Amino acid sequence: MARGAAVSLAVARIGAALLAVACAVPATLAYAQSSTTRVIPLDQLKSGLAYTGEDVRALQADDFANPGMLWVERGEKIWNTPAGADGKSCASCHGDAKSSMKGVAARYPAIDAKSKQLLNIEARINASRSGDQKAPAFAPESEDMLAITAYVNMQSRGVPVGVSIDGAAREHFERGRAFYYTRRGQMNMSCATCHEQNFGKRLFAETISQGQPNDFPIYRLEWQTMGSLHRRLRACLYGVRAELLPVGSPELLDVELFLAWRAQGLKGEAPAVRR
Amino acid sequence: MADARIQIAPQVKRGDSFEVKIAIRHAMETGYRVDDVGKPIKRNVIRALVCKYNGTEALRVDMSSGFAANPLLQFWLVAGNSGEISFEWDDDAGTRYAERAAVTVAG
Repeated sequence: MARGAAVSLAVARIGAALLAVACAVPATLAYAQSSTTRVIPLDQLKSGLAYTGEDVRALQADDFANPGMLWVERGEKIWNTPAGADGKSCASCHGDAKSSMKGVAARYPAIDAKSKQLLNIEARINASRSGDQKAPAFAPESEDMLAITAYVNMQSRGVPVGVSIDGAAREHFERGRAFYYTRRGQMNMSCATCHEQNFGKRLFAETISQGQPNDFPIYRLEWQTMGSLHRRLRACLYGVRAELLPVGSPELLDVELFLAWRAQGLKGEAPAVRR
Repeated sequence: MADARIQIAPQVKRGDSFEVKIAIRHAMETGYRVDDVGKPIKRNVIRALVCKYNGTEALRVDMSSGFAANPLLQFWLVAGNSGEISFEWDDDAGTRYAERAAVTVAG
């Protein structure tokens, strides 16, 4: 009897030891310490601009040569053009975007007060468009959607990114963070594999950036056109041969919130030029 | 809607050369690409772009598939009289475009 008890106690001890090891492993990763632990310290954040070349930096800095400005100009026209059943334009309610939209994009994604949903700037614009203007919503990645976001986001040029992850946003943040650190696809890589563990190093001819979202929508030379953050994320998913999530999907929206939190303090650059 | 942007100095001096810049929003589809299901994408590039200074042809550009999307052209003209600089171009899709900008010559 006594012997049997000793054996089962020993088994229990081994079990407890294994359990302790199992718990200790994830705890050693920076990821598991706390969900708001910053892997890249705030003072070491770098915009994607730092990883481009001299030519790309010059193209972005020149407000005439920057091809993104063609979309900005189109966006300005959309802003001032009445649309929908009530014949209202964006300007009818918001006035001059240069003042009313200053810093707005830097706060998104955010929980919408009316719908209680997490909305990025694209979804927020479409909410106004279909709800207030009673006009058809812009299709994702359409020229008009890229133009109006380029125009609105440009008003946050130089404004530091700062999103809230409090309240209802917290669960989106946690999901986005879990997505960011989860290995996926045939290449079995997470976002962090490149953008936190290997930024600054070469991937073929390119320099890996920190994957910061402060510059969207971007004119990407590879695309020869403008694209949103979600299009860029899809390009990464394609690169690691993972499931391509649709633009505007809840998963990408959650990652967008995590990325914006991660980029806190980086200044807005839209419309940026990237390779 | 906002198919092009033109930049000219606000005022130029007679006899001086001045820079004209035009950026055009155009996909410049080469005709060599295929879509997601393998169907060829029809070529659609700007065919010819003509710039006129007060009605006189100043520049003609024959574009082709080799041009990048959203082309930017920069060139110099000699200032004559005040008036306008006009651009006209068409593409393979048959769309015609026109943009103009005023030029003010002093002296």
